[in-house]
Amino acid sequence: MVLAAVVVFVPRMPRWDRVKKSFFDVEQMRDSLPRLLDAFWLDIKIFAWTTPAIFIAALLIALARNSRSPALFPVRMLAAAYTDVMRGVPVILWIYLVGFGVPGLGLERPFNSPLLWGSVALGMTYSGYVAEVFRAGIDSVHESQRAAARSLGLSSAQTMRHVVLPQAVRRVVPPLLNDMVSLQKDVALVSLIGPIEILRQAGIDKSKFANFTPFVLAALIFLAVTIPLTRLTDYLWHRERRRTSGTRVAA
Amino acid sequence: MTPKVSLRGVTKSFGTNTVLRDLSLDVAAGEVVSLIGASGSGKTTILRCINLLEQIDDGVVLLDGDEISAIGRDPNPVRRRVGIVFQSFNLFPHMSVTRNITLALTKVLGLGSEAATQRATELLTRFGLADKAGAFPDQLSGGQQQRVAIIRALAMQPEVLLLDEITSALDPELVGEVLDVVRELKGSGITLLIATHEMAFAREISDRVCFLHAGSVAEIGSPSQVFGAPRDERTQQFLRRVRSN
Ligand SMILES: Nc1ncnc2c1ncn2[C@@H]1O[C@H](COP(=O)(O)OP(=O)(O)OP(=O)(O)O)[C@@H](O)[C@H]1O
Ligand SMILES: [Mg+2]
Repeated sequence: MVLAAVVVFVPRMPRWDRVKKSFFDVEQMRDSLPRLLDAFWLDIKIFAWTTPAIFIAALLIALARNSRSPALFPVRMLAAAYTDVMRGVPVILWIYLVGFGVPGLGLERPFNSPLLWGSVALGMTYSGYVAEVFRAGIDSVHESQRAAARSLGLSSAQTMRHVVLPQAVRRVVPPLLNDMVSLQKDVALVSLIGPIEILRQAGIDKSKFANFTPFVLAALIFLAVTIPLTRLTDYLWHRERRRTSGTRVAA
Repeated sequence: MTPKVSLRGVTKSFGTNTVLRDLSLDVAAGEVVSLIGASGSGKTTILRCINLLEQIDDGVVLLDGDEISAIGRDPNPVRRRVGIVFQSFNLFPHMSVTRNITLALTKVLGLGSEAATQRATELLTRFGLADKAGAFPDQLSGGQQQRVAIIRALAMQPEVLLLDEITSALDPELVGEVLDVVRELKGSGITLLIATHEMAFAREISDRVCFLHAGSVAEIGSPSQVFGAPRDERTQQFLRRVRSN
Protein backbone atom coordinates (compact mmCIF):
# COMPACT_ATOMS: atom_id res chain seq x y z
CA MET A 1 0.00 0.00 0.00
CA VAL A 2 2.57 2.52 1.20
CA LEU A 3 4.90 1.37 -1.51
CA ALA A 4 2.18 1.77 -4.17
CA ALA A 5 1.42 5.26 -2.91
CA VAL A 6 5.08 6.16 -3.09
CA VAL A 7 5.44 4.76 -6.61
CA VAL A 8 2.34 6.58 -7.82
CA PHE A 9 2.62 9.94 -6.08
CA VAL A 10 6.28 10.66 -5.58
CA PRO A 11 7.00 10.99 -9.34
CA ARG A 12 4.19 13.56 -9.56
CA MET A 13 5.74 15.82 -6.97
CA PRO A 14 6.85 19.15 -8.45
CA ARG A 15 10.57 18.67 -7.88
CA TRP A 16 10.77 14.95 -8.52
CA ASP A 17 12.91 15.43 -11.58
CA ARG A 18 15.55 17.24 -9.67
CA VAL A 19 15.54 14.70 -6.80
CA LYS A 20 15.70 11.89 -9.29
CA LYS A 21 18.74 13.42 -10.87
CA SER A 22 20.61 14.00 -7.63
CA PHE A 23 19.67 10.78 -5.74
CA PHE A 24 18.98 8.16 -8.39
CA ASP A 25 21.34 9.05 -11.18
CA VAL A 26 22.07 5.77 -12.95
CA GLU A 27 25.17 7.10 -14.65
CA GLN A 28 26.52 8.24 -11.32
CA MET A 29 25.79 4.83 -9.81
CA ARG A 30 27.76 3.10 -12.51
CA ASP A 31 30.64 5.45 -11.98
CA SER A 32 30.73 5.15 -8.18
CA LEU A 33 30.01 1.45 -7.83
CA PRO A 34 33.58 0.13 -8.17
CA ARG A 35 34.95 2.73 -5.77
CA LEU A 36 32.23 2.07 -3.19
CA LEU A 37 32.59 -1.68 -3.41
CA ASP A 38 36.30 -1.26 -3.00
CA ALA A 39 35.77 0.88 0.09
CA PHE A 40 33.16 -1.56 1.39
CA TRP A 41 35.85 -4.19 1.40
CA LEU A 42 37.41 -2.27 4.30
CA ASP A 43 34.10 -2.45 6.21
CA ILE A 44 34.08 -6.18 5.68
CA LYS A 45 37.65 -6.48 6.89
CA ILE A 46 36.98 -4.45 10.05
CA PHE A 47 33.90 -6.61 10.66
CA ALA A 48 35.89 -9.78 10.06
CA TRP A 49 38.67 -9.03 12.49
CA THR A 50 36.58 -7.49 15.25
CA THR A 51 33.97 -10.27 15.34
CA PRO A 52 36.17 -13.12 16.64
CA ALA A 53 37.84 -10.76 19.12
CA ILE A 54 34.42 -9.66 20.35
CA PHE A 55 33.21 -13.22 20.83
CA ILE A 56 36.29 -14.30 22.74
CA ALA A 57 36.37 -11.21 24.96
CA ALA A 58 32.61 -11.37 25.57
CA LEU A 59 32.74 -15.02 26.54
CA LEU A 60 35.56 -14.40 29.02
CA ILE A 61 33.69 -11.45 30.53
CA ALA A 62 30.48 -13.47 30.80
CA LEU A 63 32.33 -16.34 32.47
CA ALA A 64 33.93 -13.89 34.88
CA ARG A 65 30.53 -12.45 35.75
CA ASN A 66 29.07 -15.90 36.27
CA SER A 67 31.89 -17.18 38.47
CA ARG A 68 30.67 -18.39 41.84
CA SER A 69 33.69 -18.72 44.05
CA PRO A 70 33.60 -16.09 46.83
CA ALA A 71 37.29 -15.41 46.20
CA LEU A 72 36.46 -14.18 42.69
CA PHE A 73 34.24 -11.36 43.91
CA PRO A 74 36.61 -8.64 42.58
CA VAL A 75 36.63 -10.33 39.17
CA ARG A 76 32.83 -10.31 39.09
CA MET A 77 32.83 -6.63 40.06
CA LEU A 78 35.31 -5.73 37.34
CA ALA A 79 33.39 -7.63 34.69
CA ALA A 80 30.14 -5.96 35.73
CA ALA A 81 31.77 -2.52 35.69
CA TYR A 82 33.19 -3.20 32.23
CA THR A 83 29.85 -4.13 30.68
CA ASP A 84 28.13 -1.19 32.36
CA VAL A 85 30.69 1.36 31.17
CA MET A 86 30.88 -0.05 27.65
CA ARG A 87 27.15 -0.10 27.20
CA GLY A 88 26.58 3.20 28.96
CA VAL A 89 28.33 5.40 26.40
CA PRO A 90 27.37 5.74 22.69
CA VAL A 91 29.58 3.72 20.35
CA ILE A 92 30.51 6.81 18.44
CA LEU A 93 31.95 8.45 21.56
CA TRP A 94 34.17 5.47 22.28
CA ILE A 95 35.38 5.60 18.70
CA TYR A 96 36.29 9.28 19.05
CA LEU A 97 37.88 8.84 22.47
CA VAL A 98 39.91 5.73 21.70
CA GLY A 99 40.44 6.35 17.99
CA PHE A 100 41.81 9.87 18.43
CA GLY A 101 43.02 9.53 22.01
CA VAL A 102 45.35 6.56 21.81
CA PRO A 103 47.15 7.51 18.56
CA GLY A 104 47.48 10.97 20.12
CA LEU A 105 49.81 9.47 22.73
CA GLY A 106 52.52 9.50 20.08
CA LEU A 107 52.84 5.76 19.47
CA GLU A 108 55.01 4.47 16.60
CA ARG A 109 53.58 3.12 13.38
CA PRO A 110 51.57 0.89 13.01
CA PHE A 111 50.25 1.50 16.53
CA ASN A 112 49.18 5.04 15.79
CA SER A 113 46.57 4.10 13.18
CA PRO A 114 43.06 5.44 13.75
CA LEU A 115 41.83 2.40 11.85
CA LEU A 116 43.36 0.10 14.47
CA TRP A 117 42.08 2.04 17.45
CA GLY A 118 38.71 2.69 15.89
CA SER A 119 38.33 -1.06 15.48
CA VAL A 120 39.46 -1.59 19.07
CA ALA A 121 36.82 0.89 20.28
CA LEU A 122 34.17 -0.95 18.29
CA GLY A 123 35.34 -4.28 19.72
CA MET A 124 35.34 -2.93 23.26
CA THR A 125 31.77 -1.68 23.16
CA TYR A 126 30.39 -4.67 21.33
CA SER A 127 32.09 -7.12 23.68
CA GLY A 128 30.11 -5.42 26.46
CA TYR A 129 26.82 -6.07 24.68
CA VAL A 130 27.68 -9.57 23.57
CA ALA A 131 28.91 -10.47 27.07
CA GLU A 132 25.44 -9.65 28.38
CA VAL A 133 23.89 -11.89 25.75
CA PHE A 134 26.17 -14.77 26.77
CA ARG A 135 25.43 -14.12 30.42
CA ALA A 136 21.69 -14.28 29.81
CA GLY A 137 22.22 -17.57 27.97
CA ILE A 138 24.26 -19.04 30.80
CA ASP A 139 21.67 -17.93 33.35
CA SER A 140 18.90 -19.52 31.32
CA VAL A 141 20.35 -23.01 31.78
CA HIS A 142 18.49 -24.56 34.69
CA GLU A 143 20.37 -25.08 37.93
CA SER A 144 19.40 -28.77 37.86
CA GLN A 145 21.68 -29.26 34.86
CA ARG A 146 24.63 -28.14 36.94
CA ALA A 147 23.50 -30.33 39.82
CA ALA A 148 23.35 -33.33 37.49
CA ALA A 149 26.81 -32.64 36.08
CA ARG A 150 28.42 -31.93 39.45
CA SER A 151 26.79 -35.01 40.99
CA LEU A 152 28.61 -37.12 38.40
CA GLY A 153 31.91 -35.71 39.62
CA LEU A 154 32.53 -33.15 36.89
CA SER A 155 34.41 -30.08 38.09
CA SER A 156 32.75 -26.70 37.80
CA ALA A 157 34.93 -25.87 34.78
CA GLN A 158 34.01 -29.16 33.07
CA THR A 159 30.36 -28.53 33.88
CA MET A 160 30.54 -25.10 32.28
CA ARG A 161 32.42 -26.38 29.24
CA HIS A 162 30.42 -29.52 28.45
CA VAL A 163 26.98 -28.94 29.93
CA VAL A 164 26.15 -25.28 30.49
CA LEU A 165 27.88 -23.42 27.65
CA PRO A 166 26.72 -25.64 24.76
CA GLN A 167 23.12 -25.17 25.85
CA ALA A 168 23.57 -21.47 26.57
CA VAL A 169 25.17 -20.67 23.23
CA ARG A 170 22.51 -22.54 21.29
CA ARG A 171 19.84 -20.44 22.93
CA VAL A 172 21.50 -17.10 22.20
CA VAL A 173 22.42 -17.60 18.56
CA PRO A 174 19.55 -15.35 17.39
CA PRO A 175 20.36 -12.36 19.66
CA LEU A 176 24.03 -12.80 18.80
CA LEU A 177 23.24 -12.55 15.10
CA ASN A 178 21.17 -9.50 15.87
CA ASP A 179 24.22 -7.86 17.42
CA MET A 180 26.23 -8.85 14.37
CA VAL A 181 23.77 -7.04 12.12
CA SER A 182 24.23 -3.90 14.23
CA LEU A 183 27.98 -4.28 14.22
CA GLN A 184 27.99 -4.62 10.44
CA LYS A 185 26.36 -1.18 10.24
CA ASP A 186 28.32 0.45 13.04
CA VAL A 187 31.58 -0.40 11.30
CA ALA A 188 30.83 2.66 9.15
CA LEU A 189 31.27 4.86 12.23
CA VAL A 190 35.00 4.20 12.13
CA SER A 191 35.06 6.42 9.03
CA LEU A 192 34.41 9.42 11.27
CA ILE A 193 37.97 9.28 12.51
CA GLY A 194 39.61 8.91 9.10
CA PRO A 195 39.69 5.51 7.40
CA ILE A 196 38.12 5.55 3.97
CA GLU A 197 35.45 2.93 4.16
CA ILE A 198 32.23 2.96 2.18
CA LEU A 199 30.39 5.75 3.99
CA ARG A 200 33.34 8.09 3.68
CA GLN A 201 33.99 7.15 0.06
CA ALA A 202 30.33 7.92 -0.67
CA GLY A 203 30.83 11.32 0.98
CA ILE A 204 33.87 12.00 -1.15
CA ASP A 205 32.00 11.05 -4.33
CA LYS A 206 29.03 13.14 -3.29
CA SER A 207 31.19 16.24 -2.87
CA LYS A 208 33.11 15.63 -6.04
CA PHE A 209 30.06 15.19 -8.29
CA ALA A 210 27.62 17.31 -6.25
CA ASN A 211 25.24 14.37 -6.32
CA PHE A 212 23.69 12.27 -3.51
CA THR A 213 23.43 9.07 -5.53
CA PRO A 214 26.57 7.55 -3.93
CA PHE A 215 24.79 7.59 -0.55
CA VAL A 216 21.82 5.77 -1.99
CA LEU A 217 24.17 3.26 -3.52
CA ALA A 218 25.99 2.82 -0.19
CA ALA A 219 22.65 2.15 1.50
CA LEU A 220 21.84 -0.49 -1.13
CA ILE A 221 25.20 -2.16 -0.59
CA PHE A 222 24.59 -2.30 3.17
CA LEU A 223 21.14 -3.74 2.61
CA ALA A 224 22.55 -6.42 0.36
CA VAL A 225 24.48 -7.70 3.36
CA THR A 226 22.23 -6.93 6.31
CA ILE A 227 18.93 -8.18 4.87
CA PRO A 228 20.12 -11.76 4.36
CA LEU A 229 21.68 -11.63 7.84
CA THR A 230 18.42 -10.37 9.34
CA ARG A 231 16.37 -13.03 7.57
CA LEU A 232 18.72 -15.70 8.87
CA THR A 233 18.29 -14.30 12.38
CA ASP A 234 14.51 -14.44 12.10
CA TYR A 235 14.64 -17.96 10.79
CA LEU A 236 16.80 -19.08 13.72
CA TRP A 237 14.55 -17.28 16.21
CA HIS A 238 11.53 -19.15 14.98
CA ARG A 239 13.31 -22.44 14.92
CA GLU A 240 14.51 -21.93 18.48
CA ARG A 241 10.99 -20.97 19.59
CA ARG A 242 9.53 -24.04 17.97
CA ARG A 243 12.14 -26.22 19.60
CA THR A 244 11.43 -24.91 23.09
CA SER A 245 7.69 -24.42 22.68
CA GLY A 246 7.00 -27.78 24.26
CA THR A 247 7.96 -26.46 27.67
CA ARG A 248 6.33 -23.07 27.23
CA VAL A 249 2.84 -21.99 28.17
CA ALA A 250 0.86 -20.81 25.19
CA ALA A 251 -0.59 -17.55 26.48
CA MET B 1 30.96 -52.81 61.21
CA THR B 2 31.39 -49.26 59.96
CA PRO B 3 28.22 -48.05 58.26
CA LYS B 4 28.52 -47.23 54.58
CA VAL B 5 26.82 -43.89 55.04
CA SER B 6 26.35 -42.21 58.34
CA LEU B 7 24.74 -38.91 59.28
CA ARG B 8 25.47 -37.75 62.83
CA GLY B 9 23.63 -34.82 64.33
CA VAL B 10 23.17 -33.17 60.95
CA THR B 11 21.55 -29.75 60.89
CA LYS B 12 20.81 -27.81 57.74
CA SER B 13 18.97 -24.53 57.30
CA PHE B 14 17.97 -22.44 54.32
CA GLY B 15 17.95 -18.94 55.75
CA THR B 16 15.73 -19.13 58.81
CA ASN B 17 14.08 -22.34 57.67
CA THR B 18 15.69 -25.26 59.53
CA VAL B 19 15.16 -28.24 57.26
CA LEU B 20 17.22 -30.94 58.99
CA ARG B 21 17.38 -30.94 62.80
CA ASP B 22 20.03 -32.93 64.57
CA LEU B 23 19.38 -35.83 62.23
CA SER B 24 21.19 -39.13 62.63
CA LEU B 25 20.97 -42.13 60.33
CA ASP B 26 23.24 -45.09 59.59
CA VAL B 27 23.03 -47.14 56.42
CA ALA B 28 24.98 -50.38 56.16
CA ALA B 29 26.85 -51.44 53.03
CA GLY B 30 24.51 -53.12 50.56
CA GLU B 31 21.46 -52.07 52.52
CA VAL B 32 18.33 -50.60 50.95
CA VAL B 33 16.79 -47.83 53.04
CA SER B 34 13.71 -45.86 52.05
CA LEU B 35 13.03 -42.35 53.26
CA ILE B 36 9.35 -41.57 53.60
CA GLY B 37 7.60 -38.57 55.02
CA ALA B 38 5.43 -35.60 54.14
CA SER B 39 6.40 -33.13 51.48
CA GLY B 40 8.97 -30.75 52.92
CA SER B 41 10.12 -33.19 55.62
CA GLY B 42 13.67 -33.07 54.25
CA LYS B 43 14.06 -36.20 52.10
CA THR B 44 15.63 -34.45 49.14
CA THR B 45 17.84 -32.34 51.38
CA ILE B 46 19.28 -35.43 53.08
CA LEU B 47 20.22 -36.96 49.74
CA ARG B 48 21.75 -33.71 48.48
CA CYS B 49 23.82 -33.43 51.67
CA ILE B 50 25.21 -36.93 51.19
CA ASN B 51 26.16 -36.12 47.59
CA LEU B 52 27.62 -32.80 48.84
CA LEU B 53 25.32 -30.75 46.63
CA GLU B 54 24.40 -28.99 49.87
CA GLN B 55 26.71 -27.98 52.67
CA ILE B 56 25.53 -28.89 56.15
CA ASP B 57 25.57 -26.37 58.99
CA ASP B 58 26.31 -28.75 61.83
CA GLY B 59 27.07 -32.42 62.44
CA VAL B 60 28.99 -34.76 60.15
CA VAL B 61 28.34 -36.98 57.14
CA LEU B 62 30.58 -40.05 56.96
CA LEU B 63 31.26 -42.36 54.05
CA ASP B 64 32.93 -45.57 55.23
CA GLY B 65 33.73 -43.71 58.44
CA ASP B 66 35.48 -40.92 56.57
CA GLU B 67 34.19 -37.40 57.19
CA ILE B 68 33.13 -36.21 53.74
CA SER B 69 31.28 -33.13 54.95
CA ALA B 70 34.43 -31.35 56.15
CA ILE B 71 34.51 -27.81 54.80
CA GLY B 72 37.00 -27.23 52.03
CA ARG B 73 37.19 -30.88 51.03
CA ASP B 74 37.13 -31.64 47.32
CA PRO B 75 33.65 -33.07 46.68
CA ASN B 76 34.51 -34.75 43.38
CA PRO B 77 36.15 -37.94 44.73
CA VAL B 78 33.07 -38.44 46.92
CA ARG B 79 30.67 -37.88 44.05
CA ARG B 80 32.44 -40.58 42.06
CA ARG B 81 31.47 -43.03 44.78
CA VAL B 82 27.99 -41.68 45.49
CA GLY B 83 25.56 -41.35 42.59
CA ILE B 84 22.23 -39.55 42.61
CA VAL B 85 19.16 -39.74 40.38
CA PHE B 86 16.76 -36.82 40.39
CA GLN B 87 12.99 -36.59 40.23
CA SER B 88 13.22 -34.53 37.01
CA PHE B 89 15.78 -36.84 35.27
CA ASN B 90 18.10 -33.93 34.41
CA LEU B 91 19.53 -35.58 31.33
CA PHE B 92 21.68 -33.30 29.21
CA PRO B 93 19.31 -32.34 26.38
CA HIS B 94 22.04 -31.49 23.87
CA MET B 95 23.68 -34.92 24.09
CA SER B 96 22.66 -38.32 22.83
CA VAL B 97 21.77 -41.03 25.32
CA THR B 98 25.19 -42.60 24.92
CA ARG B 99 27.00 -39.29 25.34
CA ASN B 100 24.96 -38.57 28.47
CA ILE B 101 26.35 -41.77 29.93
CA THR B 102 29.92 -41.53 28.65
CA LEU B 103 30.57 -37.86 29.47
CA ALA B 104 31.56 -38.43 33.09
CA LEU B 105 33.18 -41.77 32.27
CA THR B 106 35.65 -40.03 29.99
CA LYS B 107 36.01 -36.68 31.78
CA VAL B 108 35.92 -37.88 35.39
CA LEU B 109 37.07 -41.50 35.36
CA GLY B 110 39.41 -40.97 32.43
CA LEU B 111 38.13 -43.91 30.40
CA GLY B 112 38.93 -43.97 26.70
CA SER B 113 35.95 -43.23 24.50
CA GLU B 114 35.77 -46.82 23.26
CA ALA B 115 35.76 -48.31 26.75
CA ALA B 116 33.21 -45.73 27.86
CA THR B 117 30.92 -46.41 24.92
CA GLN B 118 31.19 -50.12 25.55
CA ARG B 119 30.19 -49.70 29.18
CA ALA B 120 27.25 -47.53 28.13
CA THR B 121 26.13 -50.06 25.53
CA GLU B 122 26.30 -52.92 28.02
CA LEU B 123 24.14 -51.08 30.52
CA LEU B 124 21.66 -49.90 27.90
CA THR B 125 21.32 -53.46 26.67
CA ARG B 126 20.91 -54.82 30.18
CA PHE B 127 18.04 -52.42 30.83
CA GLY B 128 16.36 -52.81 27.44
CA LEU B 129 17.35 -49.47 25.95
CA ALA B 130 19.94 -50.56 23.39
CA ASP B 131 17.87 -49.17 20.52
CA LYS B 132 17.86 -45.72 22.13
CA ALA B 133 21.63 -45.31 22.26
CA GLY B 134 21.69 -42.62 19.59
CA ALA B 135 18.45 -40.88 20.55
CA PHE B 136 18.24 -37.50 22.25
CA PRO B 137 16.44 -37.10 25.57
CA ASP B 138 13.44 -35.27 24.09
CA GLN B 139 12.80 -38.25 21.84
CA LEU B 140 12.30 -40.56 24.84
CA SER B 141 9.33 -41.17 27.10
CA GLY B 142 9.64 -40.06 30.72
CA GLY B 143 10.17 -43.61 31.85
CA GLN B 144 12.93 -44.13 29.30
CA GLN B 145 14.57 -40.86 30.28
CA GLN B 146 14.58 -41.82 33.92
CA ARG B 147 16.04 -45.24 33.12
CA VAL B 148 18.81 -43.52 31.17
CA ALA B 149 19.41 -41.21 34.15
CA ILE B 150 19.76 -44.26 36.41
CA ILE B 151 22.14 -45.89 33.93
CA ARG B 152 24.15 -42.67 33.74
CA ALA B 153 24.64 -42.80 37.51
CA LEU B 154 25.27 -46.57 37.54
CA ALA B 155 27.90 -46.34 34.82
CA MET B 156 30.16 -44.59 37.33
CA GLN B 157 29.96 -47.81 39.38
CA PRO B 158 29.07 -45.96 42.57
CA GLU B 159 29.11 -47.67 45.94
CA VAL B 160 26.04 -45.73 47.02
CA LEU B 161 23.11 -44.68 44.85
CA LEU B 162 20.67 -42.02 46.02
CA LEU B 163 17.26 -42.06 44.34
CA ASP B 164 15.12 -38.97 44.84
CA GLU B 165 11.47 -39.68 44.04
CA ILE B 166 12.49 -41.06 40.72
CA THR B 167 8.94 -41.96 39.70
CA SER B 168 7.11 -38.83 40.88
CA ALA B 169 7.31 -37.06 37.54
CA LEU B 170 6.07 -40.08 35.58
CA ASP B 171 2.70 -41.14 34.26
CA PRO B 172 1.41 -44.10 36.30
CA GLU B 173 1.87 -46.58 33.46
CA LEU B 174 5.58 -45.71 33.23
CA VAL B 175 6.35 -46.17 36.93
CA GLY B 176 6.71 -49.94 36.72
CA GLU B 177 9.55 -50.00 34.21
CA VAL B 178 11.60 -47.61 36.34
CA LEU B 179 10.96 -49.49 39.58
CA ASP B 180 12.00 -52.72 37.83
CA VAL B 181 15.43 -51.20 37.33
CA VAL B 182 15.69 -50.53 41.06
CA ARG B 183 14.50 -54.06 41.87
CA GLU B 184 17.28 -55.41 39.73
CA LEU B 185 19.85 -53.34 41.64
CA LYS B 186 18.89 -54.69 45.04
CA GLY B 187 21.29 -57.36 46.16
CA SER B 188 23.99 -56.33 43.69
CA GLY B 189 26.02 -54.99 46.60
CA ILE B 190 25.20 -51.36 45.95
CA THR B 191 23.86 -49.34 48.87
CA LEU B 192 20.53 -47.72 48.03
CA LEU B 193 18.93 -44.75 49.73
CA ILE B 194 15.51 -44.09 48.26
CA ALA B 195 13.30 -41.06 48.88
CA THR B 196 9.84 -42.06 47.75
CA HIS B 197 6.10 -41.54 47.93
CA GLU B 198 5.46 -45.06 46.60
CA MET B 199 4.60 -46.79 49.86
CA ALA B 200 3.99 -50.20 48.34
CA PHE B 201 7.35 -50.06 46.64
CA ALA B 202 9.12 -48.90 49.81
CA ARG B 203 7.58 -51.78 51.69
CA GLU B 204 8.58 -54.31 49.05
CA ILE B 205 12.15 -53.24 48.37
CA SER B 206 13.49 -51.86 51.63
CA ASP B 207 15.55 -53.55 54.29
CA ARG B 208 14.60 -50.65 56.51
CA VAL B 209 12.17 -47.77 56.20
CA CYS B 210 12.88 -44.39 57.74
CA PHE B 211 10.00 -42.04 58.47
CA LEU B 212 11.02 -38.39 58.58
CA HIS B 213 9.13 -35.68 60.32
CA ALA B 214 10.18 -32.03 60.18
CA GLY B 215 13.80 -32.84 59.47
CA SER B 216 14.36 -35.59 62.02
CA VAL B 217 13.99 -39.33 62.02
CA ALA B 218 10.70 -40.01 63.78
CA GLU B 219 10.80 -43.75 63.29
CA ILE B 220 13.01 -46.30 61.60
CA GLY B 221 12.58 -50.05 61.32
CA SER B 222 11.77 -52.98 59.10
CA PRO B 223 9.07 -52.35 56.50
CA SER B 224 6.68 -54.70 58.21
CA GLN B 225 7.16 -52.89 61.51
CA VAL B 226 6.91 -49.33 60.17
CA PHE B 227 4.00 -50.04 57.85
CA GLY B 228 2.36 -52.81 59.88
CA ALA B 229 2.76 -51.59 63.43
CA PRO B 230 4.04 -48.01 63.48
CA ARG B 231 5.03 -46.96 66.98
CA ASP B 232 5.25 -43.23 66.48
CA GLU B 233 2.01 -41.31 66.46
CA ARG B 234 3.17 -39.09 63.57
CA THR B 235 4.00 -42.14 61.48
CA GLN B 236 0.53 -43.50 62.14
CA GLN B 237 -1.06 -40.21 61.14
CA PHE B 238 1.06 -39.97 57.99
CA LEU B 239 0.24 -43.51 56.89
CA ARG B 240 -3.45 -42.98 57.56
CA ARG B 241 -3.38 -39.87 55.39
CA VAL B 242 -1.46 -41.58 52.59
CA ARG B 243 -3.76 -44.60 52.60
CA SER B 244 -6.95 -42.59 52.54
CA ASN B 245 -5.84 -40.99 49.26
N1 LIG C 1 17.50 -24.49 47.86
C1 LIG C 1 16.58 -24.25 48.82
N2 LIG C 1 16.40 -23.00 49.29
C2 LIG C 1 15.50 -22.75 50.25
N3 LIG C 1 14.71 -23.68 50.81
C3 LIG C 1 14.83 -24.93 50.38
C4 LIG C 1 15.78 -25.29 49.35
N4 LIG C 1 15.68 -26.62 49.14
C5 LIG C 1 14.72 -27.06 49.98
N5 LIG C 1 14.21 -26.07 50.73
C6 LIG C 1 13.20 -26.20 51.77
O1 LIG C 1 13.58 -27.26 52.59
C7 LIG C 1 12.45 -27.99 53.04
C8 LIG C 1 12.65 -29.46 52.80
O2 LIG C 1 12.75 -29.67 51.42
P1 LIG C 1 13.01 -31.09 50.78
O3 LIG C 1 13.06 -30.83 49.31
O4 LIG C 1 14.19 -31.72 51.40
O5 LIG C 1 11.70 -31.87 51.17
P2 LIG C 1 11.19 -33.25 50.63
O6 LIG C 1 10.94 -34.11 51.80
O7 LIG C 1 12.10 -33.77 49.59
O8 LIG C 1 9.81 -32.85 49.99
P3 LIG C 1 9.05 -33.43 48.70
O9 LIG C 1 8.39 -34.68 49.14
O10 LIG C 1 8.06 -32.36 48.36
O11 LIG C 1 10.09 -33.64 47.65
C9 LIG C 1 11.25 -27.42 52.34
O12 LIG C 1 10.57 -26.59 53.26
C10 LIG C 1 11.84 -26.60 51.23
O13 LIG C 1 11.06 -25.48 51.00
MG1 LIG D 1 11.94 -34.01 47.52
